[in-house]
Amino acid sequence: MQSNAALEYDYTVAKLFTYTAIIFGFVGMLIGTLIAAQLAFPDLNYLLGEYGTFSRLRPLHTNVVVYGFTLSGIWATFYYAAQRVLKVSMAESKFVMALGKLHFGLYFLAAVGLVVTLLLGITTSKEYAQMEWPLDVLVVLIWVIWGIAMFALIGIRREKALYISMWYFIACFLGVAMLYLFNNMEVPTYFTSGGVGSIMHSVSMYSGTNDALVQWWWGHNAVAFVFTVPIVGMIYYFLPKESGQAVYSYKLSLLSFWGLMFVYLWAGSHHLLWSTVPDWMQTMGSIFSVVLILPSWGSAINMLLTMKGEWNQLTENPLIKFMVLASTFYMLSTLEGPIQAIKSVNAIAHFTDWIPGHVHDGVLGWVAFMIMAALFHMAPRMFKREIYSKSLIEAQFWIQTTAVVLYFTSMWIAGITQGMMWRAVDEYGNLMYSFIDTVTVLHPYYAIRALSGVLFLVGFLMFAFNMVKTMTSARELTEEPQFKSPMA
Amino acid sequence: MFHWLEKNPFLFSVGVFLVIAFAGLVEILPNFAEASRPVVGLKPYTVLQLAGKEVYKKDNCIACHSQLIRPFKAETDRYGQYSLSGEYAYDRPFLWGSKRTGPDLHRVGNYRTTDWHENHMWEPTSVVPGSIMPAYKHMFTNEADIATAYAEAVTVKNVFNTPYGDEIQPGVEAFKAYKPTILAEAQKIAANMKNKDVKEMVAAGKVPEIVALIAYLNRLK
Repeated sequence: MQSNAALEYDYTVAKLFTYTAIIFGFVGMLIGTLIAAQLAFPDLNYLLGEYGTFSRLRPLHTNVVVYGFTLSGIWATFYYAAQRVLKVSMAESKFVMALGKLHFGLYFLAAVGLVVTLLLGITTSKEYAQMEWPLDVLVVLIWVIWGIAMFALIGIRREKALYISMWYFIACFLGVAMLYLFNNMEVPTYFTSGGVGSIMHSVSMYSGTNDALVQWWWGHNAVAFVFTVPIVGMIYYFLPKESGQAVYSYKLSLLSFWGLMFVYLWAGSHHLLWSTVPDWMQTMGSIFSVVLILPSWGSAINMLLTMKGEWNQLTENPLIKFMVLASTFYMLSTLEGPIQAIKSVNAIAHFTDWIPGHVHDGVLGWVAFMIMAALFHMAPRMFKREIYSKSLIEAQFWIQTTAVVLYFTSMWIAGITQGMMWRAVDEYGNLMYSFIDTVTVLHPYYAIRALSGVLFLVGFLMFAFNMVKTMTSARELTEEPQFKSPMA
Repeated sequence: MFHWLEKNPFLFSVGVFLVIAFAGLVEILPNFAEASRPVVGLKPYTVLQLAGKEVYKKDNCIACHSQLIRPFKAETDRYGQYSLSGEYAYDRPFLWGSKRTGPDLHRVGNYRTTDWHENHMWEPTSVVPGSIMPAYKHMFTNEADIATAYAEAVTVKNVFNTPYGDEIQPGVEAFKAYKPTILAEAQKIAANMKNKDVKEMVAAGKVPEIVALIAYLNRLK
């Protein structure tokens, strides 16, 4: 056995990704709040000329929060937690360290490229895969570098058994690699046409229905392997660490992990119900979506039961609040998704605001809460200072929880209202409403959603302020806290 | 139970990969040959229409508009015949969208005209009171990228056997030779428009984005 003498872990790369998580989080949520407000108050479309319309900004919002904020958060926690669960410091290998820094540098470059090209309208227009081919090449390179860094670190580990979080990080790496490659198969037109037109442009290898299938096989599983898998990996590490409790059940974690891996990929076609995709695929997507409740709730229940007998911590430690609520929103979201994947429900829900409502109870309540809690937990250990303000975290928690509840309740009502109005017929069987009627009726809900965006953004600014203060001016710690993060 | 696997990262990764790849093999692959067959009589997009499709992508119309009519009476009453797989055979990428903040557009060419689109894109509330869609005035002055659209036509013809005629050939010279055909189509659309900037640009041999976009929208039937 190895000696248990404390290792000096190196957090250089984890810190870099922490900074970008804060920056991209702010930018992404600011754009999100703006476009939410544009739907309620259309005059806001003209703030930035042709670059400021809802349509141009909407993919910028999704890409910056997914690939800016969330991926930064994932990699910050990866470069922090992987060292600890593998019992090896990044400082021990110059190779891993160099890869980590290269990983960050290229990532930042790609993120800037993404923002610029999307603002200019250079896009493949496939949702969550809008980047044109030169950026796709860069993304593949970044992904490969991360993979090498991860497996190199695993190669020199002292702890032989991989902890649960590492399973999820490996799955994130493999899943995204496979899906991204297949979905972004495209032919750059400049080279095949003998040098005519823009060098940035490409056409998809797939057409029509096939393109839709591959796209939503990716789109759905980007949710799986970016918004779910690594975040579950995060909670498996940070909740036990912060609470000082052992994970409730190893067997349940096994069942949930392998169950999630097997089931998730099948569910992609639930984005294409009632489309021109063959019926059997739609049915498979529906059924597997419902089955997906099992492994999702398995992880969530495992986390909640980890707190068994220790629920007093919920009142004492705001970070436990964030993580327990994140787990709860995960349960809500993974129940809501399957309901929407039932064909008869989907007939009403698809194309309406219920879908962004569903997405946001997951991404705000689950993903963002979990990432912020993880970064708060890491801060005293990385910067060797206590967290600047506990009362600020408490206030942030309640403001953001209110924001999430306002978001999904208003969008549930908006979505179902719209879905029902589209199909409403009078006594003679004629459509009752013109399309514009179903738009104007949503104004109050769009206004509430914009308000919820403002609240969440305010909460995020409180988080950013608290983090910056923790990094720069909070009281210094003499030794590393074992469990509960110290906060003033 | 699985402890041995968790100590072997290589086998673990192989295991994960097989488990996640399985669904794709069973669900995605079998349909490929079948679904990409065009419906009878389907013509490829003209180069001007392709340029319009690029404008549609650039300003990201799919953020709010779908192109997929589902097989329900409420939808066929509102938008027309439900969509068929073969109608999308030349769509790279597919533009079904996933949100209808505005109405479906798959058959918009059946019930909207060039001048309606011109008014609507200039000031949406002038034709649809209460509309929350932004105006797209920059499309009346920005030039559409017909060279890239031509490059796309060449690419899909040569790589995917999309049935374009012999006049679509690689190279800058071939594009120059083909350009009058594109302009002629643009002039027909501009003739039904009233915007002065647009008329001047088209007369000067340039294609404004709005003209290409309308060519594309009129084609959607």
